[in-house]
Amino acid sequence: MASAFEYAPAPESRSVVDIAPSYGLFVDGEFTEAADGKVFKTISPSTEEVLSEVARAGAEDVDRAVRAARKAFGTWSALPGAERAKYLFRIARIIQERSRELAVLETLDNGKPIRETRDADLPLVAAHFFYYAGWADKLEHAGFGARPRPLGVAGQVIPWNFPLLMLAWKIAPALATGNTVVLKPAETTPLSALFFADVCRQAGLPRGVVNILPGYGDAGAALVAHPDVNKVAFTGSTAVGKEIARTVAGTRKKLTLELGGKGANIVFDDAPIDQAVEGIVNGIFFNQGQVCCAGSRLLVQESVEEELLDALKRRLSTLRLGDPLDKNTDIGAINSEEQLTRITRLVEQGEAEGAERWSPQCEIPSAGYWFAPTLFTKVTQAHTVARDEIFGPVLSVLTFRTPDEAVAKANNTPYGLSAGVWTEKGSRILAVAGKLRAGVIWSNTFNKFDPTSPFGGYKESGFGREGGRHGLEAYLDV
Amino acid sequence: MPTTAPTANALADVTASDSTLRRFLHGLPGVDAVGLEARAASLGTRSIKTTAKAYAIDLAISMVDLTTLEGADTPGKVRALGAKAVLPDPTDRTAPATAAVCVYPDMVAVAKQAVAGSGVKVASVATAFPAGRAALEVKLADVRDAVAAGADEVDMVIDRGAFLAGKYLKVYDEIVAVKEACGGAARLKVIFETGELSTYDNIRRASWLGMLAGADFIKTSTGKVAVNATPANTLLMLEAVRDFRAQTGVQVGVKPAGGIRTSKDAIKFLVLVNETVGEDWLDNHWFRFGASSLLNDLLMQRQKLATGRYSGPDYVTVD
Amino acid sequence: MSDKTHKAHKAHKASRAQKAGGTHEAAADVEAVPAVTGDGTAPAAGAGPRVTVLKTYKLYVGGKFPRSESGRVYEVTDSEGNWLANAPRASRKDARDAVVAARKAFGGWSGATAYNRGQVLYRVAEMLEGRRHQFVREVADAEGLSEARAAGVVDATIDRWVWYAGWTDKIAQVTGGANPVAGPYFNLSSPEPTGVVAVLAPQESSFLGLVSVLAPVIATGNTAVLVASERAPLPALSLAEVLATSDVPGGVVNVLSGGTAELAAPLAAHQDVNAIDLAGADEQLAKELEVAAADNLKRVLRPQPVDYFATPGTDRMTAFLETKTVWHPTGSLGASGSSY
Repeated sequence: MASAFEYAPAPESRSVVDIAPSYGLFVDGEFTEAADGKVFKTISPSTEEVLSEVARAGAEDVDRAVRAARKAFGTWSALPGAERAKYLFRIARIIQERSRELAVLETLDNGKPIRETRDADLPLVAAHFFYYAGWADKLEHAGFGARPRPLGVAGQVIPWNFPLLMLAWKIAPALATGNTVVLKPAETTPLSALFFADVCRQAGLPRGVVNILPGYGDAGAALVAHPDVNKVAFTGSTAVGKEIARTVAGTRKKLTLELGGKGANIVFDDAPIDQAVEGIVNGIFFNQGQVCCAGSRLLVQESVEEELLDALKRRLSTLRLGDPLDKNTDIGAINSEEQLTRITRLVEQGEAEGAERWSPQCEIPSAGYWFAPTLFTKVTQAHTVARDEIFGPVLSVLTFRTPDEAVAKANNTPYGLSAGVWTEKGSRILAVAGKLRAGVIWSNTFNKFDPTSPFGGYKESGFGREGGRHGLEAYLDV
Repeated sequence: MPTTAPTANALADVTASDSTLRRFLHGLPGVDAVGLEARAASLGTRSIKTTAKAYAIDLAISMVDLTTLEGADTPGKVRALGAKAVLPDPTDRTAPATAAVCVYPDMVAVAKQAVAGSGVKVASVATAFPAGRAALEVKLADVRDAVAAGADEVDMVIDRGAFLAGKYLKVYDEIVAVKEACGGAARLKVIFETGELSTYDNIRRASWLGMLAGADFIKTSTGKVAVNATPANTLLMLEAVRDFRAQTGVQVGVKPAGGIRTSKDAIKFLVLVNETVGEDWLDNHWFRFGASSLLNDLLMQRQKLATGRYSGPDYVTVD
Repeated sequence: MSDKTHKAHKAHKASRAQKAGGTHEAAADVEAVPAVTGDGTAPAAGAGPRVTVLKTYKLYVGGKFPRSESGRVYEVTDSEGNWLANAPRASRKDARDAVVAARKAFGGWSGATAYNRGQVLYRVAEMLEGRRHQFVREVADAEGLSEARAAGVVDATIDRWVWYAGWTDKIAQVTGGANPVAGPYFNLSSPEPTGVVAVLAPQESSFLGLVSVLAPVIATGNTAVLVASERAPLPALSLAEVLATSDVPGGVVNVLSGGTAELAAPLAAHQDVNAIDLAGADEQLAKELEVAAADNLKRVLRPQPVDYFATPGTDRMTAFLETKTVWHPTGSLGASGSSY
């Protein structure tokens, strides 16, 4: 009887989004083909269905887009801040109006659950534009000098894990401060950026202020290297981030990088255990773990390891993996075959190195790219799964005995993006948070984001901050 | 499930004295309010449709303790309630009966008559409900009265004053005494009045205190204060019964009461049960709703599912 | 080092020293110091100039004053090419030792209270004030300035320490703060030092420029490996002596002299250096170093034209600060809500 309470499928309707069979580049206010006519297909990772064919930008297109942005820069930067603000407010509002459509689109193109695009990505996107809109006419109060000036043309390259949210993090502060932008979305998730171009059209944004160039790494490299770009902002892997840093070396381009991480989530024996379990789950299985600030290393005090692992395994068994458009799905698809291969390889390496692998019973759909939530126990600092960023739903569990050891292990990584601390003891929270070398510390919570809250890393997780007053600095000549 | 052997003896030790009990209760893991509420809210976004919804509505109806606890209660009113509990939807006999009717002790006899032979239980509040401010002897007499009149279940209130004053052993002893007064004839529901305990840490401690003392059910509220059952406090109590069973092997029921008025709310609570403690509790022996107006909304939703039209209040019976 | 070389240098030094001494303090030397007579008999009082005691300039690493492990020195001259001293020509191993010392000192220095750091920096100013004449002479020699101009430089430099001493417990209030997030969370951003910072001191401004790039780095709690101006390292090496007696913990500042390019390369590539200030690098070197620095994503402050006499902004501090943002749930006073 009781087992009859299986939730029936509750798919969000696809009909709210109308995906065209093909899309061009968005340059100087118009959709155009690539100069060399190249295109690529974008697929839905949960079904491998081709969603659309998209123009593929090359170096020539990058040059054209940068020229358009340069041309637009003069009038856009000269516009009174209050007027620029109103365009951004318009964009925020239009995104709110179209949020259902954009959430479904993002879920289709990225593979993440609609629950996340609906409840996290889209609300944060709108909030980010709304927040930075308000800065546009208040820049002289931001603490970056009496007359802060924009830099010029911003070249922005974003990843596939939060396509529209990363676009918002890049474009909102850039426009608020009077820059114009050329943005390259990731090759596996170009659609929401192209829909954003349509949002710009509806908002009446002057042509050339925002240019969107779908494409591959070569387009990103050309954009970063373009001599008329004044500012480079990149979110993505640490390896590419280093390459970009080398490219801009010796130029006057301002650079901000938001890169990889291997976040430690530290659970003390006096933690609020049920909330800690939720935080751990949210920390590593949110967006299938394809999150730079994921809490991918669980550091648990040895005295509560068994209790916590029991609770964690029980909780993982209730996660629902499957159709990302189903409103009850917790775990969606991995974004691409390439990423799935990487996750698989690292997990196999973890097993080979002697860590114990565990996953809950869960049915994997036959089509698409999927990876079951995975736990590694008996992990030490020496294991690859404790050191390399996996960028997938894989949690490595390590133990510690004392707060000092917890901090030492948490900091023992070249990364420094995020960390979590779980304890009911206030002074310990503050002491540990103070010693952790990471840009964002979540204490008794995890994976919380807000446009007012600066985000960014220490060490090899990059430099510069996005969000908040701090996020303005990246786009101002200070 | 417990990975270590059941520790009934160890738990017996915790009630040896006021200080051991205090140490134990204060040693329970803390509760982060924001995290708890966020988890409850996130489970509230589960989308329940079609067959799952029909199942959930019938299950919810079967879990209702249909309640009247008014100064103005009369035998007539209680008889009407009993009839409704037995046959909630006169137009559709496939609708299940509710779990119980819940009344004051002096109405138990009337209620017993009204539901006789139906399988619907009679629950009685007792122990100087709702404030619980009376001498222990008076409370116990209250309980004995109800049981003597045939109550299948007793819904007692704890002494919140004693609990908030830190006199945990006093609260414990009182529950033990009431349980004894139930004499094995009636199942005991222990009401914490969570709205008065105020903090989630207190609710977790009260849950364990009640279970240690032998509660068959732990129940959120009397329905007589401003804040009664909420998804968060019910989730917290579900976690407590889950952990208690893991440690002792003893299963305890949960009853949110007060403030649950719509089918949508009820289904959210069932999702909490399903995802926190699982199907072992998805049965009216282990989970109840203390409610009155909820039943009509469930019935209207049931009619809507059956006919495809939205129903109206004229198509369900007034209480 | 080879003994032979060492002796040769010493002999050389003696001859130059008399000239150097004569240039600046001739009158005093002659009056106060007995002369050496040609035949070796005891001189009569006031009969000739005294031979001044010269300083052996050393590196400053981990609070100690070692010679370069390589045993190398190079000749430092004044702006007219006159010999001033032999400065240690530090090697990549010295640079490595300096990084180790700076890393070791980081925990304590970054963990010290801002008030304490402020007092330490102020103490540096106090100590410098007492040795003002020495630095005026060294700066005049190093940069070919008149005594008055050099005095101006030294005064400005002392004042710069005072300026940064006052910043230590204010920068966090200026750059950090609470963020009003849309949810039940307390959210606070505060600046934290980046870690070990390699500082290439400006080549031309041997003292004011040096302090202008060093003080902001340590004011905020970083530790520094400083590469002195290649041509004019003596004020930097003398500053180390002041730091050593100013309550600055050993390892917080480490001073190397030698070839800027030679020392900067291993520092820029060092995986345990968190940031690099390229003030003393030319355009080509700066580019090479920035490329090398990308290997572990060092924070890089590119060289830029600076008027060191002007009051600085906060840029040189914020360049080596990380923003840490901490979240914590707030929640309500009770499970049943609260009217407060």
